[in-house]
Formats: sequence, structure tokens, C-alpha cells
Amino acid sequence: MEVTVKLFAYFRDGRFKEAASTLSDEETTPRNVIESLAIDMDDVGVIMVNNRHAAADYRLHNNDVLAIFPRIGGG
Amino acid sequence: MADKIFRVNMTDLTTSIEDVPADWAGLGGRGLTSTIVAAEVEPTCHPLGHRNKIIIAPGMLSGTVAANSGRISIGAKSPLTGTIKEANAGGTAAQMLAKSGCKALIIEGLPKGDSWYNLHLTADSITINKETELIGKGNFAVIDAVADRLNDKHGVISIGQAGEMKLLSANISIKDPDSNLRSCGRGGLGAVLGSKRIKFISIAPTDAKVDIANQEAFTAANRTFTKALVDNPISQALGQYGTNVLVNIINESGGLPTRNFTSGQFDGHEAISGETMYDTIVEREGKPKHNCHKGCVIQCSQIYNDVNKAYKTSGFEYESIWAMGADCCVDNLDHIAEADHLMDDMGIDSIETSVAMAVAMEAGVLDFGDGAEVCRILKEEVANGTPLGHIIGCGAGNVGRTFGVTRVPVVKNQAIPAYDPRAIKGIGITYCTSTQGADHTMGYTIATNILGVGGSVDPLSKEGQIELSRNLQIATAAIDSTGMCLFIAFAALDDEKCLPALVDMLNARFGINLTADDVTSLGSTILKTEHDFNLAAGFTNKDDRLPEFFSEEPIAPHNVVWDISGEEIDTFWDF
Ligand code: SF4
Repeated sequence: MEVTVKLFAYFRDGRFKEAASTLSDEETTPRNVIESLAIDMDDVGVIMVNNRHAAADYRLHNNDVLAIFPRIGGG
Repeated sequence: MADKIFRVNMTDLTTSIEDVPADWAGLGGRGLTSTIVAAEVEPTCHPLGHRNKIIIAPGMLSGTVAANSGRISIGAKSPLTGTIKEANAGGTAAQMLAKSGCKALIIEGLPKGDSWYNLHLTADSITINKETELIGKGNFAVIDAVADRLNDKHGVISIGQAGEMKLLSANISIKDPDSNLRSCGRGGLGAVLGSKRIKFISIAPTDAKVDIANQEAFTAANRTFTKALVDNPISQALGQYGTNVLVNIINESGGLPTRNFTSGQFDGHEAISGETMYDTIVEREGKPKHNCHKGCVIQCSQIYNDVNKAYKTSGFEYESIWAMGADCCVDNLDHIAEADHLMDDMGIDSIETSVAMAVAMEAGVLDFGDGAEVCRILKEEVANGTPLGHIIGCGAGNVGRTFGVTRVPVVKNQAIPAYDPRAIKGIGITYCTSTQGADHTMGYTIATNILGVGGSVDPLSKEGQIELSRNLQIATAAIDSTGMCLFIAFAALDDEKCLPALVDMLNARFGINLTADDVTSLGSTILKTEHDFNLAAGFTNKDDRLPEFFSEEPIAPHNVVWDISGEEIDTFWDF
């Protein structure tokens, strides 16, 4: 399964801004992707799949766009 | 030093220093400005006439060493919205006023004749002086002139050309520790100061300290409070990327109003994002981290340099960048920075003016995306007061009416800021019900709708939005009274030690025994006082509505409309 992964803020440091990722049949959640990128789950603030908030254990589908943000704020 | 009320009457050019009435003793910041406006300003008065007053008040903790406590509140009846108004900002003035024993400065009346004036405030005096040299000049020239005439340790509160011309989007600028500017931005308060023909207020430095009833308890509480702020990961990200870190996440959520509110995503988002801004600042040897007043430990401000590594602007915030960027389709941070600098110098609200510019783009006055033309119009038309400059400088609603545009994003004639209410419904409730026209800071539901702070409420659902906005508006009214920067709220919502420490500081400062519930009820009282003023000014529940296009035009990518009914909105006030 192919998904597009987008990273934001300091998660990009030493990684990437946007990349295509091929997931195996056993690894189908945002948590799997986050762990494979060596991002600490505690640092994750918001996960979105196709522009909607999603839980870390959401089951991804082919061609999903997964966006991973650290804990950020502003206003 | 005992707190006093400093009063200036511009009609007969007299001043007085008065004792603080008992009812006002426990108030500060927004709680005090709104209480005084409600007590002394006739709600139906013309905002630019002799019966309006402008109230300037430091927060309850301003002038102490409490972290992030240096916000100044300015209140009046707004000429833009016709409602009560409070706008707050950092800079050095709040701390200096508090140390000078000035609990509030009340400016009333209008001078006869066409002279201009400045005010000079010290710990035991306030004087009215004629001003000639600086008329027609921008805010930076005022700050330089005060440093030349007196010295650069003085605090400055000033208006630029926009305030002198009484443009309805004119703001009031506050000098920061580096002699740059912070703005009490929204609602046209600069026009009110301009109507009173006051170009600036200088504040003399003083060695006096504010009284603290229980120093030991205060120090301990401030230690806990500061630690909660510093340890918070959101505070840390604010230091690195500034508030502009929001461009990408709001774009990803589909709530970034683009091309005069016709889409929820902007193709050029990456070019104007906090990440790009951070890289640019570092490359040009600016400062990603900077504080708008001494004692801020979050430091969301920054120094943004131009390509030649020379200072261009500071306090370069998400809302300004969104407005001139996505809403006007300008995907060039340097054009946006130039526009930001021009708006700071002439003293005009960067949200209202940029949204007005996008409405003008829709009207065909200029093209979407033409950042160079935006800068030309600001410099040549608005700052010089040409007819087009007046049209744009009086806000988005005014541009819409003048050119017959129906897609005009305003509530109570104030421009809707950087979050689309169709895709982020909680903030729509805040825009509708805020006592001051559309304003995200009044009840920042983005925290919970998008950022996952203080729980989570689905941004696209109608469920829970009214309660969310109400709770945040009440809490915000209280925080705005303490002198605290609103960005303490992220730590306050996340860290259970933070708010109790803030309450402990208030108690130690004044020798009182407030509980957290008392602070909440203070917030409720402030909101009700403001709402009552608006009702007496002629507003009704029918004014608590979004413009109709939000209910009729679906916005991409979610293809959603605003679907919360008037009856539902009205339940906001059931408390
Ligand atoms: S966090 Fe930002 S706005 Fe708040 S006090 Fe610090 S620099 Fe000023």
C-alpha cells in the first residue's frame, strides 16, 4: 500500500517534508509510520489523514495522505 | 506606590490624578477598561465624538516579575464595530505604567481647534503638550523623536498617519524593548486617539516598584508558573517558529481562508509557512526568537531581515501573514514583510487592512497575488490619505459596500481572521458572539478544534462548539485582565500546575484570597458587562451572525457550509 507522508516543523529536520511511503500489510497505522521514522510518539501533537484528524491506530488505505505534526500552537 | 487613576480632559485641557474607586480596585487590563467604558461612556455615542473615552490600563500583574505579564489593554467604544472594544499588546508601556502607580489612564473630551498634542506621564504627574513636529509622521519617527527629546528609556504609545486621519482600521502602537512596535491592533482604537488629537503618550522611566502583599508566596508561585510555561512543548515551538507555524496545519485541516474566503487551502502555503520563515530568518541572520516585553519566557516574536540582512519587521505573526498571504494569494514572504512594516509604521491593523485588500481584489481594484501593488497602495494611497486609501483604510466592510462586493467576511463590521468558520466551526461561534466583532483571540477554539489542546472537538461537527467557545471566552476575559499574554493558555490548558500558580500570584500581589472559581466568575462578569454595553448601543442577537455567503458557498476541500442556526447561536448567552 502506498501513502504520502508529510512532516512539519522540526519533524522535518534530518528527515523530509513530503515522501511516498510503501507500507506492508502488517504496518497500516500512523503509529507504524511514526515509529519507522524514529519519531517519539510523545512528541506527536496532531495526526491528520486526508485533511481530517485521525488517531494513531487509524487503519490507513492506499493513496491516503498522512500528515504528522509535533505539538504546536499559535494564534 | 498606591495605584491612582490618571485622567486627561482634552476639551478643557486639564488633568487630574484621582484615588481608585473601591469597585475598580480588584481589576486590571480588559476587566478594568471594559468596566470603565461601561460606567463612563454613553453606549449610543459617536465613537469619534466628544463623549467617547479611551482607557489605557496595565494588567493586574503587570510591573511585577511574573512571567509574560506585560500586556497593556486599551478600551473604548470602537468606531469600526460600534461595540465596546479592548485591544491588548506587549511592549514596555504596561510595566512602566504599573510601576508609576497608574492603574488606568482615562482620556476624555475633544479639543477645540486644530492643534495636536502629546501627553507625558511620570509617577506623579501627567501633562498635555502641543505637538507640531511629528504630525504626518509614522510610528517609527515618533519613537526616534521621543528618544532624541527625552531618552530611549521612555515608554511610547503612539498613532501613525492612519490614526491621525481617523481611518477606522487605525491601531495604537506600543514601543517594545528594542524600539520596535507592538500593536493594540483591532477595532480602530487609533482613530479614537486621533479624534482626541493626541499623537503620542510618553512614559518616564521610574525606579518605583509595584507593591506585593506577600513577596515570598509571590516568588514561589512565579517559579511554578514560569516552569510550566518553559517546559511546555507548544511554548517551545512558538519560540522557534513563531505563531506562523500555524499556516501549514490550518492549511492541512482545510480551514485556511484563501482568495477572499473562496477556498480552505492555499497552493502557496509552503512559501509563507513558519518553517520557511524560520529558515529564511536564520539564513539572513535575523532572530527567530524575541520577546515583546521583558519577562516573556515564550518569545514568539522574531526579527525578520530583508535579503540584504537589514531589519525589515518584527512580531511577524500568523494572522498578518495569512491575511496578506493566503487571503490575497501573495506567496512571497518578502512582500508580506514589506506590507507588515508599512502597516506598522502608518499604524493600521494588519488583519483588517489585508482582508480589505482581498475584498478590493475581488472587486477588481488590483489583482489577486500582486504583492508589489499591495505595497504601493499602502505606501502611496493609504499612508497619504488618497480617496482609495481612505476606502481601504476603513476596513473590509467599507470596501465591500463601496464596490458592491457581497462576499465580505466581517462580523459587526470587523474582518474575520485566519480560520474559516465553515471548516472550523467553534471559531465561527466565537466570531458571532464575541462582544467585539470577529476576533479569534476572544475564544481561541482552534486549540481544541485543531491543535488537540484542552481536549478535542471535531472541527466539522456542530456538537460542543457553543460550550467550547463560551468556556474559552470566559477564561480569556479573565486572562486579559491579568496582564498575561494569551499564549500562556497552552500551558494552562495542558499543565494542571499552571493556572493555580497564576491565581496564587494574584493573591500574593494583592493580599486577597481568590479561588479559581472567582477568576472564572470575573471572566463571566466582564463578558456580561461588555454584552450589556452592546445591547444598550443598539445591537441585538441578529448581529451575532455570520454573513450569508458562509451558509451558501461550500468551501473546499471539505465542501462544507456554516450550518449552526441563529437559535443555536443565541444559546451562547445562557449563562
Ligand atoms: S509569547 Fe509572544 S506575544 Fe506573548 S509576551 Fe511573548 S513575545 Fe509577546
